[in-house]
Amino acid sequence: MNWLNILILVVQAFIITLAVTTAFAYLTLFERRLLARFQNRVGPNRAGPGGFLQPVADAVKLFFKEDIVPAAADKPVYLLAPALAVIPAIIIWAVIPFGCLNVNWDYRACFADPRTSEVRNILQIAEINVGVLYLFAVTGIGVYGITLAGWASNNKYSMLGGIRSSAQLISYELALSCAVLGVVMTYSTLSTAEIVYLQGGLWGIVPQFLGFVLFMVASTAEVVRAPFDLVEAEQELVGGYNTEYGSMKFALFFMTEYIKLIAISAIAVTFFFGGWRFPGLQTLGQGIEALAGPVVASLVVGLVSLGAFLLKLVAFLFVSVWIRASWPRLRYDRLMTLGWKWLLPLGLLNLVYTAVTFVIVPDQRLASFILLALSLITLAVAIGFSSVPRPVDNVTYVKDLRQGSVAPPPPAEAGESQAASTSPRQPASSRG
Amino acid sequence: MATVIQIIFGLIAALIVGAAVMVVTVRNVIHAALWLIACFFGVGALYLLLEAEFLAVVQVLVYVGAISILILFAIMLTRQVTGEGVRQLVGGWRLWLTAAISALLFAVAIVPTVISHSWNVPAPPAPPGTPEPLAGVAELGRAFVYEFLLQFQVAGVLLTVALIGAIVIAFEERARRRRVLTLAEEHELRKRLAHPPPVEAPAGEPAPAPRATPISEGEVQQ
Amino acid sequence: MLANYAFIAIFFVAAVTFPLAPLVLAFFLRPKRPTPIKQSTYECGLEAIGDLRVQFKVQYYLYALAFVIFDIEVVFLYPWAVAFNQLGLYGFTAAAVFLIILTAGLIYEWRKGALEWV
Repeated sequence: MNWLNILILVVQAFIITLAVTTAFAYLTLFERRLLARFQNRVGPNRAGPGGFLQPVADAVKLFFKEDIVPAAADKPVYLLAPALAVIPAIIIWAVIPFGCLNVNWDYRACFADPRTSEVRNILQIAEINVGVLYLFAVTGIGVYGITLAGWASNNKYSMLGGIRSSAQLISYELALSCAVLGVVMTYSTLSTAEIVYLQGGLWGIVPQFLGFVLFMVASTAEVVRAPFDLVEAEQELVGGYNTEYGSMKFALFFMTEYIKLIAISAIAVTFFFGGWRFPGLQTLGQGIEALAGPVVASLVVGLVSLGAFLLKLVAFLFVSVWIRASWPRLRYDRLMTLGWKWLLPLGLLNLVYTAVTFVIVPDQRLASFILLALSLITLAVAIGFSSVPRPVDNVTYVKDLRQGSVAPPPPAEAGESQAASTSPRQPASSRG
Repeated sequence: MATVIQIIFGLIAALIVGAAVMVVTVRNVIHAALWLIACFFGVGALYLLLEAEFLAVVQVLVYVGAISILILFAIMLTRQVTGEGVRQLVGGWRLWLTAAISALLFAVAIVPTVISHSWNVPAPPAPPGTPEPLAGVAELGRAFVYEFLLQFQVAGVLLTVALIGAIVIAFEERARRRRVLTLAEEHELRKRLAHPPPVEAPAGEPAPAPRATPISEGEVQQ
Repeated sequence: MLANYAFIAIFFVAAVTFPLAPLVLAFFLRPKRPTPIKQSTYECGLEAIGDLRVQFKVQYYLYALAFVIFDIEVVFLYPWAVAFNQLGLYGFTAAAVFLIILTAGLIYEWRKGALEWV
């Protein structure tokens, strides 16, 4: 541990923080462009080529915006809340391995058991023995930012949003840790690097498919993304907990949300999709080493693994935006029912499955596929049970009014839809 | 390295003591809760300094992530938060007397331990074959099911009892509350009341609340 | 081992610096013209009346309580899960009993209707 190492570490810490913040900025652009596509719009495309400078423009705007602190707010807590929100969102990244760039210049160490091999991976800040628990501990702290923001603003909307969200976050945190407990049982370790190493054969999604589904639902709720974004339900709560926040402080809350989204996707990639692993990576390292020596080989392996990780990450983010574009927001009681009556029992069931299968079937590979089958059956049954009957139909639809009125029913459905597509004003006028 | 750790220990200890003092002196209850959280963090850092990483993370996970949230909820559910005009401590000589008595009691508890404990003893060398003491979490898991099986199960029972107790207490409150019907339920009820079944009308159901007077959340049925 | 936590501490410093820097920068850049109207509490154009500290549903507290209990349960299970493959059937049984005790609590809560949001 000499000064050079410490310098590398400081640079590394700042680069990763910078990367995360930049990723946040461009995730907003990514999301806005994609949402626009889903809604048949164009999206922001004026600032720079293809809207590339839009995040910069947003940032500049926020810098010059006046900062208003409500007179009724509790000032110290009001100022502390954004910091308490954003710091956990960033330090989550400390234990996630983005790739494997071994600065001891031996790519083989990346593919060896991290408990025994001498690997100095600069694409992961800290490799600790309790990495998984660290992730949960840090996620748990994130609740404070929202709760305290709601309380300190001294506004009823904020307060309602804050207390709603903290109840939501803690409910789903439970489901989340239950889902991950299955992963921990499968790999018998709490270290993230170890989990990635052990996914060399099969990715974690095979033995823990049920865990993966639960993780995805619970983590979406944990980062208050649509369809679980009740915290900021703008129709009922104005802005939720950040109603009274403006300018940079609002930006910090916004940043928290997106950084958490990226982080939780990265965690999903690490636990269920093999982290930075990619089939053929080791062969690639072998080939490069034969051609250009060990330094180039470990560099190439490092960059390719980072690329694989980012590719998987972007796939997750795309799915997240897709879900946001497709699903309406849940009602609060449904949200709580989902968390406590579906996800938590299913998480416990997943534990039982994992335990029983691994005790009965000693062969890890066979057990994994048995677990996959069990998960699929369970999910099918759960979906069958959860499909609710249609609600009592006591709402009078516009359609019925039209049929009862003087306007004659349209001659044929196809004809009407064609008419609607060619001249949208005509059917509207007949509806009156 | 040892000096660095000593310095860090000193800083953390100062943080813990300072935060603890703030907890009892700050007037606003939420601020007190925040100082308490800082205190919990300090304790977690101390565990880390003792190389008990699992305990450190669990300290943050349980105390900071769960119990403090519960405390915050409890405070937010109460009305009086700022504590203005509330006298927290008696002043004058009574305060000093109280402090003296507390200090004395604490000393009675701590001094025999401090005296009887022999400091600066190196850790005894482990007999060969024992796993590394810091192998940590897996060791702990094994200990849970072998040496401390009874305690493990008793902890489970304790948690369940706590849960049941909480529900029983909360339900006394809940039983007095009136349930707000959903639109569908109200419709169903109205339909049933309009065409009563031949045997008898459903007993115990309240009359459908008119839509014009919504029942507020906190309203208690008299 | 502590070295890794020192890394996290350095990262923590970076994580504090990053949000702080734009806040400080914005402090020097932005206009500051506070007025009483601007600083009043937002309330859809009306004036805010009444106390913020309305009494919330006890339900929120119940959820928090159940969360604490199950969180501790899960924390207890983590060491067991790590050692799980060395413990065999015996360890499985021990944890199963623990899990059954707690599931009984969950079922009680469910049957009692404490998980209903009303």
